Amino acid sequence: MRRLTGALTGDGQAARVVPPTGFTAWLTVFTAAAMAFLAVFALALSFSAGRLADRWGEALARTATLRIAAPEGQVAAQTEAALRILEQTPGVAATRALTDAERRALLAPWFGPDLPVERLPIPQLIEITEEGEGFDPQGLRLRLAAEVPAAVLDDHTRWRRPLVQAADRLRALGWAAIALIGGAMAAMVTLAAQAALAANAQVIQVLRLVGARDAYIARAFTRRFTLRALGGAALGAAAGTGAVAALPREGAEGFLTALGFAGVEWATPLAVPALAAVVAWAATRTAARRTLRGLD
Amino acid sequence: MIELEGVSYSYGGGDLLQGVELTLAPGSFHFLTGPSGAGKTTLLRLCYGALRPTAGRVTVFGRELSALDRDGVAQARRRIGVVHQDCQFLDHLPVAENVALPVAVSETGQTADPGNLSELLAWVGLGARADARPPELSGGERQRAALARAVIMSPEVILADEPTGNVDWEMSQRLLHLLIELNRLGKAVLIATHDLMLIRAAKSQVQARVLRIADRRLTAAGADL
Ligand SMILES: Nc1ncnc2c1ncn2[C@@H]1O[C@H](COP(=O)(O)OP(=O)(O)OP(=O)(O)O)[C@@H](O)[C@H]1O
Ligand SMILES: [Mg+2]
Repeated sequence: MRRLTGALTGDGQAARVVPPTGFTAWLTVFTAAAMAFLAVFALALSFSAGRLADRWGEALARTATLRIAAPEGQVAAQTEAALRILEQTPGVAATRALTDAERRALLAPWFGPDLPVERLPIPQLIEITEEGEGFDPQGLRLRLAAEVPAAVLDDHTRWRRPLVQAADRLRALGWAAIALIGGAMAAMVTLAAQAALAANAQVIQVLRLVGARDAYIARAFTRRFTLRALGGAALGAAAGTGAVAALPREGAEGFLTALGFAGVEWATPLAVPALAAVVAWAATRTAARRTLRGLD
Repeated sequence: MIELEGVSYSYGGGDLLQGVELTLAPGSFHFLTGPSGAGKTTLLRLCYGALRPTAGRVTVFGRELSALDRDGVAQARRRIGVVHQDCQFLDHLPVAENVALPVAVSETGQTADPGNLSELLAWVGLGARADARPPELSGGERQRAALARAVIMSPEVILADEPTGNVDWEMSQRLLHLLIELNRLGKAVLIATHDLMLIRAAKSQVQARVLRIADRRLTAAGADL
């Protein structure tokens, strides 16, 4: 780390010994900018997908309802049987039969508050709280069909499970994309650094002639490329952040309109140039040391 | 300080140099002559570790060269001032910075004392050209800059390859005088040159040995020199 900061702040003279111009400079700046731009989008994708996964995951958090629409007289028995089955079902944390008051409250919006629950054939409702991976709805349905024919299992939020998985996958893909972007940048910077080293064989020869250690020569190149990557990535990250901020925001539910940063996440693009600098530093350092070792 | 024992060198074909014995002791002054292509530059490069001998031993400041790693060679080069025949510079930096380059790369954290630097540049007649880029210099000016760069670190050994090849007689006397002054301070000086006038002029001022490469061997030159 100290060597990295040294490469940025320290010996400016060391960087001067490398000729300043050349296409490698622009290649590095451009690559860093483009990669940073992409990285910001990948970040936004990861965070947005993560937020969706969390939100949807919580929503399906883990409740299902069992409805028992039995003919009068059998309700109590079937409810009891259903509760017993649920108790034995793995993945079920708790069950609770809704009270009359609760059922009335559920129906009140439709039928008014004075509903005579006892006299209407209103189904008994059992709220199921899941734990762990949740229960196996198919198995439970089969058992209920055999023993509590009047029971209907309503796992209304279950349809969202694939969506949550997709969102989770998308978040992982976002991070993978960031890793790939970092790798691609390392490769490009390595090529640029190698080209620069090859183009400056004469400079290296002169430096060696006057007693420069390879580490000094490597540092000169490393500093150059680190600073270029930092500058380019700062530009790219700023542009990427601006582009993300400019995405339309209406319709808060959809995934496309939810793409972006929230709260402190807005600070994360700041890490992109820093990361780019670290990548460029490591790549150039390795390339320089390898090239210098091979150069006589 | 620099010692060659039984040194042979070949660029790939037959031996260019064979069984070379040479000792550059503190305060010694040598001239190296011989026909073009005889291997003078090659011998100098063997002395500062740019080439490794194909046979024999090169000892630099008490350390055998083959035992030194790259950093070791770099360290040794800081104690050896070299004037290259095809004076190599960093073309994007001004002359003054090129001359001060050995100080900059020495990683001692020091920079060339501006007073010393301008004095040195003035001495080699480049006072007015300090801010020029090396490609803008004439051949002779480049050689003078190369000599200034070779001596700025006050090295213990100075190896000069044709340092006066492109300069007029008066300037060559001046450069010679600088080298003789440094030699009087105890530095070992080795000058490869075709310039017999220069050798004669030097011999009247210092105790100089004249060596000659001919037919792959290094020998003492005839008494006429
Ligand atoms: N890198 C190289 N690879 C192959 N052959 C080389 C190399 N450098 C020099 N030679 C050859 O080695 C021989 C000696 O070269 P060197 O430069 O040492 O001669 P020199 O005595 O300095 O000549 P001059 O007086 O012209 O400077 C020459 O024939 C040259 O062509
Ligand atoms: Mg030569």
